[in-house]
Amino acid sequence: MMTPTEEQWDLEIQPTSGLLELNWRELWQYRDLIVLFVRRDVVATYKQTILGPLWFFIQPILTTVTYVIIFGNIAGISTGGIPKILFYLAGITLWNYFQECLMKTSDTFILNQSLFGKVYFPRLAAPVSIVVSNLFKFFIQLCLFLAVWMYFLWQPDTAIQPNRTLLLFPLYVLLMSGLGFSFGVLISSLTTKYRDLRFLVQFGVQLLMYATPVVYPLAIAPEKYRWILMLNPITSVMEAFRYSFTGQGYFSWQGLGYSAVFMVVVLLVSIVIFNRVEKTFMDTV
Amino acid sequence: MSSSSIAIRVENISKLYQLGEISTGTLARDLHRWWARLRGKEDPFRKIGEANDRTVKGSSDFVWALQDISFEVPQGEVLGIIGRNGAGKSTLLKILSRVTKPTTGRIKVKGRIASLLEVGTGFHPELTGRENIFLNGAIMGMRKAEIRSKLDEIVEFAGVERYLDTPVKRYSSGMYVRLAFAVAAHLEPEILVVDEVLAVGDADFQKKCLGKMKDVSEKEGRTVLFVSHNMEAVQKLCTQGLLLRHGSIFASGNLKEVLDTYLSSSTSADACFHFAPPANSHELPGYAYQATIEDLAGNLLPEVPTWDSWQVRIKFRLNSPIQHFIIGIGLTTQLGMPIQTSWSSPASLTAGDYEAIFINTDITYAPGVYFLNVGLSSFLRTFQFISQTAYIQVSEVPNPQNASKVVNTKSGLLLNQLHTELKRIG
Repeated sequence: MMTPTEEQWDLEIQPTSGLLELNWRELWQYRDLIVLFVRRDVVATYKQTILGPLWFFIQPILTTVTYVIIFGNIAGISTGGIPKILFYLAGITLWNYFQECLMKTSDTFILNQSLFGKVYFPRLAAPVSIVVSNLFKFFIQLCLFLAVWMYFLWQPDTAIQPNRTLLLFPLYVLLMSGLGFSFGVLISSLTTKYRDLRFLVQFGVQLLMYATPVVYPLAIAPEKYRWILMLNPITSVMEAFRYSFTGQGYFSWQGLGYSAVFMVVVLLVSIVIFNRVEKTFMDTV
Repeated sequence: MSSSSIAIRVENISKLYQLGEISTGTLARDLHRWWARLRGKEDPFRKIGEANDRTVKGSSDFVWALQDISFEVPQGEVLGIIGRNGAGKSTLLKILSRVTKPTTGRIKVKGRIASLLEVGTGFHPELTGRENIFLNGAIMGMRKAEIRSKLDEIVEFAGVERYLDTPVKRYSSGMYVRLAFAVAAHLEPEILVVDEVLAVGDADFQKKCLGKMKDVSEKEGRTVLFVSHNMEAVQKLCTQGLLLRHGSIFASGNLKEVLDTYLSSSTSADACFHFAPPANSHELPGYAYQATIEDLAGNLLPEVPTWDSWQVRIKFRLNSPIQHFIIGIGLTTQLGMPIQTSWSSPASLTAGDYEAIFINTDITYAPGVYFLNVGLSSFLRTFQFISQTAYIQVSEVPNPQNASKVVNTKSGLLLNQLHTELKRIG
């Protein structure tokens, strides 16, 4: 048996700790918890529903139909040479993933209040598991997108030209996950004290969607003002995603680079803030 | 493993809490604080904390829930943490289980800590018993493989084999608690922190839990910190005691001595409750401002001995004449489950100060803490309702001379026996 000396403590509980002192090892030790959280989210969402996981498909299909009617037919917004259904479905699939990550993680503290108040585990496990379980949902919806995409690809006079940038697909997903996670975590940390932000989030996400080429291609924006849209880190990802699959859209390395840098910065800032808030949020929530 | 090695060392732990509304003015205060820090000054809001005595209306919005707590727990010891409501027990447990951080001080720990501040933390009603065992175990820090290897044991301990694949929302509350405790009991932390979870579950199961906790400490040499109002359980389980009072350590050491100090140190504070007048008190027809728990002679009773009679006296003020006035009290468990409600008969009263006395001579509550709710109404419209501010503490004072009066098993909330007839019918 070991004979512990005075210095050998496994754990020290202290009032404050360093700015970036995040216990990654501990988070890794709790990886099973993350897996189980993901399982819980996926399983529990569709328990006691008749259609079950089919809802994963129904949501994007209905949204696509709505967009085709409203933006495509009534408003008559161009889809830049891509078949309308494919254009909107691509936008919706990717955007939904970002939006779900952001919205769900932004409620982390408030939704998990009772859990966090009773037991300790690395708090980051909660938002991380949300991003992963949404990833699962995203891949299911991606299958729907791929099916539709293949259908259009096999048409005799197709205008769709998938290209080598398709290899960057994992990067797009990473960027969207990172951005959704960072914004969500940032908001969740701030809302524990200032609840006002919660009301802004719903509205803000809506606005952000219209500032992102989801229902319109970047190409229809006047050249002069395009840079404003490009300030939005999601714009390049969204356009590159469409470009890779269809050959239509705006692909820019600088744009993607900007998104990546943006993501890393927000990610760091959000984790630092989250880390500070998690220590005492039980007293302020 | 030498028994002298220290498992937990708590050094000068303090915790400051802010009372009242948190969010209003937070931004302004945060800026103020930030400005002070920028100039290298001390936090301007920290200096004004006061000792946590609920009954005295403080002048500051900040209180020390814990103040300068230091103690050590040797490995394998079962430490009972006792104290009245608001003494700081729960805050201490929260800090120990890392739910919140201390304001000052530090705690050093050897080994894994698992805390059981509540049973079934993180249980998801839609998931099955089996799924919840895994989820709950993981929340408590177990690896999946660890849980799998103990699954059979857990299921057997909880006695829920048949329902293992049923969502827990269909479980009875007893089954739910048993399953939750079973998971916790099979954790293998070096240190187990337990809050009054034994208040739920039937007598049999409580015995099983106490037994399990004793095993954990005696046979496996693990350290247990146990917080409870149930003196009987504390006595059975613990060897050492720590008595908290208003956020500081009042006594510590040998359990028997600490218990004696505790029982003899009852103050009137726990028998006399002042209700802050509602903000719009002058607009209301009237309001209650004080409740006292007394024996039938009118002496304050901070602790009601089991089997003794007691009464509740509510003082209230009427601003204007009122018709069809009813005052009622309700007793609930700590979890908020209603047990009993009593009303005065409707009356027409003039303005002035009144008191209402509710006398209990024939119902015997099991040891524990019960919340006292007070409601005032006119024509069945309630205009003041005070909930969970006052409480009645029923204590089973251990008394070897009078063994016949001591209940051995806690068989329910009410200890009175029904009139029983036993006869042969065939």
